[in-house]
Amino acid sequence: MERILRVLVVLALVGAAAFWYLTRPIGLDGESVAAIDALTPDVAHGETMFWAGGCASCHAAPGATGDDMLVLSGGDSLASPFGTFYAPNISQDPTHGIGDWSVIDLANALTHGIGPDGTHFYPAFPYTSYVHLERQDIVDLNAFLKTLPADSTPSKAHDVPFPFTIRRGIGLWDRLFLTPDWVMTGDLSPELERGRYLVEGAGHCGECHTPRNAIGGLDRNRWLAGAANPSGEGTVPGLTPDKLDWSAQDIAYYLETGFTPDFDSAGGHMANVVSNMAHLPPEDRAAIAAYIKALPASGS
Amino acid sequence: MKSLILPAVTAATLGLSFQPALADEAGEAAMAARHGEMSLMAHALGILGGMAKGQVEYEKIKAEAAAETLYVVSSIDQHLLWPEGSEAGALDGSRAKAEIWTNMDDFTAKWNSLHTATEAMKTAAGESQQAIGAAMGAVGGACSACHKAYRTPAS
Repeated sequence: MERILRVLVVLALVGAAAFWYLTRPIGLDGESVAAIDALTPDVAHGETMFWAGGCASCHAAPGATGDDMLVLSGGDSLASPFGTFYAPNISQDPTHGIGDWSVIDLANALTHGIGPDGTHFYPAFPYTSYVHLERQDIVDLNAFLKTLPADSTPSKAHDVPFPFTIRRGIGLWDRLFLTPDWVMTGDLSPELERGRYLVEGAGHCGECHTPRNAIGGLDRNRWLAGAANPSGEGTVPGLTPDKLDWSAQDIAYYLETGFTPDFDSAGGHMANVVSNMAHLPPEDRAAIAAYIKALPASGS
Repeated sequence: MKSLILPAVTAATLGLSFQPALADEAGEAAMAARHGEMSLMAHALGILGGMAKGQVEYEKIKAEAAAETLYVVSSIDQHLLWPEGSEAGALDGSRAKAEIWTNMDDFTAKWNSLHTATEAMKTAAGESQQAIGAAMGAVGGACSACHKAYRTPAS
């Protein structure tokens, strides 16, 4: 009996050690850190990245418009089957925001989903898309964020039930779903490559437009094929050619003005996306449209 | 006496059963009028948007008429058009969120900001295709701001 108990204790310890090992936060390697530190920021381009990345959609106060979009006090809620997540304060406040983060901290957050202390972020923060961000773009974005105001609103705690409260578990999730591999592959034109970067990466379109599996990972086989709205309210439309028959010009114009080809207008969260995309140069909206038009039919 | 009670009860019963039906009818008429406003504006925006996109050649007279339509429709006092009980869920075909009635001041402010954007469009429409293109953004922004806050998603 004592022997069985001893074996069980050892097994439990091995299991715990394996869990601890497999879920450990993995950040940038030394080479990446050195490469990022060697770059010179371009603040103006950082602003373009800010809008391309849609930071303000979730991190500005709910309902913010105009210059208030640049006050990243957080607070927007994202309902999901795993609980409700609240976008944290990422303003330049050193206590309540990210004012004391280095560019490496930001890069680890965006591309590896971990905080400066190694805490795993919940994938409600779209680091599985931001993993595609170029180093230079992160450096530029960091420089732009540093120009934005501090706000001392405390971040709201996520409303997430057990077992999702164990953040270490996200380390396992990351092993399954955090990948730098592109969905659209093959020999792409420069415009399509740019479109892919904006759609699969910075714009994180797949986060809402692609259906998720039972544990919240994106179903890359049904990429951008449309999905249930995680909040439970309506659906997010599919963008594949079997779901969307708009021309490339229609898509680009929608992203600029919010008008559909029938001159209905964007609503819901997409209204935020449009107000971000309106800040991009026209070539970028055209590149996104070209990418959307190049999607294969989803077959579902 | 008895002969009076029966008609009175009947009338009361009928009255009760007609009451919700009348409210529904009034709500539906208001909703149809709202949708009419939106259709008129979508039609006018189609003309301006076609020019802005370069799909249709710029014609000053058409552009000005379309912009005038937007301007006039967005100047309509809304308060008759949003009776209580005409929200999504209460009325088939309505996508109006219940928040409209709890935030009526903000809702009205958003409608008025559309009117402001159409004023700029009126000027732009008399100028050029490029000017229309530039003014479309503000009009679209005003439409989206209200749809984002107060319209339920399409099902």
